[in-house]
Amino acid sequence: MVRGLAAEVPWPPSVDDFFLPPIAGPDNWFTKFTLFVWVAVAITIIFFLVAYRNPKLVPTKSQWIAESAYGFVRDGIAKDIIGAEGIKFAPYLASLFLFIAFNNLWGIIPGVQLSPNTHIAFPAFLAIISYVLFIWVGVKRFGFAKYIKNQLIPPGAPAWLLPLVIPLEFASTFLFRPLTLALRLFANMFAGHVILLVFTLGGFVLLGSDNFALAGISIVSWAIAIVMTIFELLVALLQAYVFVLLTSVYVQTSIAEEH
Amino acid sequence: MPNNLAAVVLAAEGEHNPVVPIWQEIVIGLIAFGVLCFILMKFVFPRMEQTFQARVDAIEGGIKRAEAAQAEAGQLLEQYKQQLAEARTEAARIRDEARADAAGIREEAATRAREESDRIITAGREALAGERASIVRELRSELGALSVELASRIVGEALADEARRRGTVERFLDELGDAPTATGSKR
Repeated sequence: MVRGLAAEVPWPPSVDDFFLPPIAGPDNWFTKFTLFVWVAVAITIIFFLVAYRNPKLVPTKSQWIAESAYGFVRDGIAKDIIGAEGIKFAPYLASLFLFIAFNNLWGIIPGVQLSPNTHIAFPAFLAIISYVLFIWVGVKRFGFAKYIKNQLIPPGAPAWLLPLVIPLEFASTFLFRPLTLALRLFANMFAGHVILLVFTLGGFVLLGSDNFALAGISIVSWAIAIVMTIFELLVALLQAYVFVLLTSVYVQTSIAEEH
Repeated sequence: MPNNLAAVVLAAEGEHNPVVPIWQEIVIGLIAFGVLCFILMKFVFPRMEQTFQARVDAIEGGIKRAEAAQAEAGQLLEQYKQQLAEARTEAARIRDEARADAAGIREEAATRAREESDRIITAGREALAGERASIVRELRSELGALSVELASRIVGEALADEARRRGTVERFLDELGDAPTATGSKR
């Protein structure tokens, strides 16, 4: 029976494990991924509306949790990185943080263990919004020409270096920023899922092997899967934090007087 | 492991490529994220900002109220101390005054008593002196009159007998002895 279970395990894990058939309907409109996104959004909205339906000066526990989440992004990221001006970006940054964090957490929820952010579509559109945001605030502050000049020409760069500096600055600011934002989040969640797959499915494969000693090691494999799940919790929150932090840094460099 | 990696790479080149986004997911993601942002940014976070502000106001207001109360208390304390000091000074002043008054009253009473006794003594002396003078005057006039009467009687009764003469002299002397008594009862 054990042998039979192991035989059913798809091994090794492959990219196809990330592409599941739609739950219903045509194309990819209604898949596990889109469903989890909707559920994460619904949970977030419901929690915040319920926790904040009747705010008090002395907060209740749920109100305190909701305030802490917002306060963390507001004071810990927006105000810290962007400065006093950052508070007006705090609502968006907090929404972004919650969206990424809740979606990432699907990666370790038992029975789901698959984050929507393992599909690059989600990190990609978030990165594009951040990209548009930091360019827009820069252009709004300085006007298009001044903003581009601020971004491309570092103050004090010697003239003969400009032909080299300008393309580098352009690439790093306008090409690599959105790409790295999207890829970092996507790759972390993707790799996290692969790791969990390797150790969980690997445990079944080892259990089904003919070698008795190898079958025993399956316990170790699953133990590592549990440790990795805890590690993934850290990664899920950390990546949400990094995404929001970098968005703040980009906004800050766009509106800074001195580049 | 290398086997595994190769499989991933192979699969990536196959039907599914993990770095090519599925456009339907972008649409769904944008809508879901938009809904989340809209609701949180419209209904939740602004109210949190209000709460934060209210909290700051409450704390600052509390501190301000406490400071005001403390200042008022300090002022009252100062005022009470001042009033107490004033009251003490006043009491001391009143005591001193009373003491001075008492001394004055004693002095005055003594002076008045002395004056009164002097006055009484003087009046007594004057009265005595006046009486004495009037008595002397009366005695003088009476003595004169009596002397004249005695002389006339002596002359008138020269011829009478020895016994009668003796009796007359004795009667005269008796009258003399009564006279001062009669004069004294007049007063």
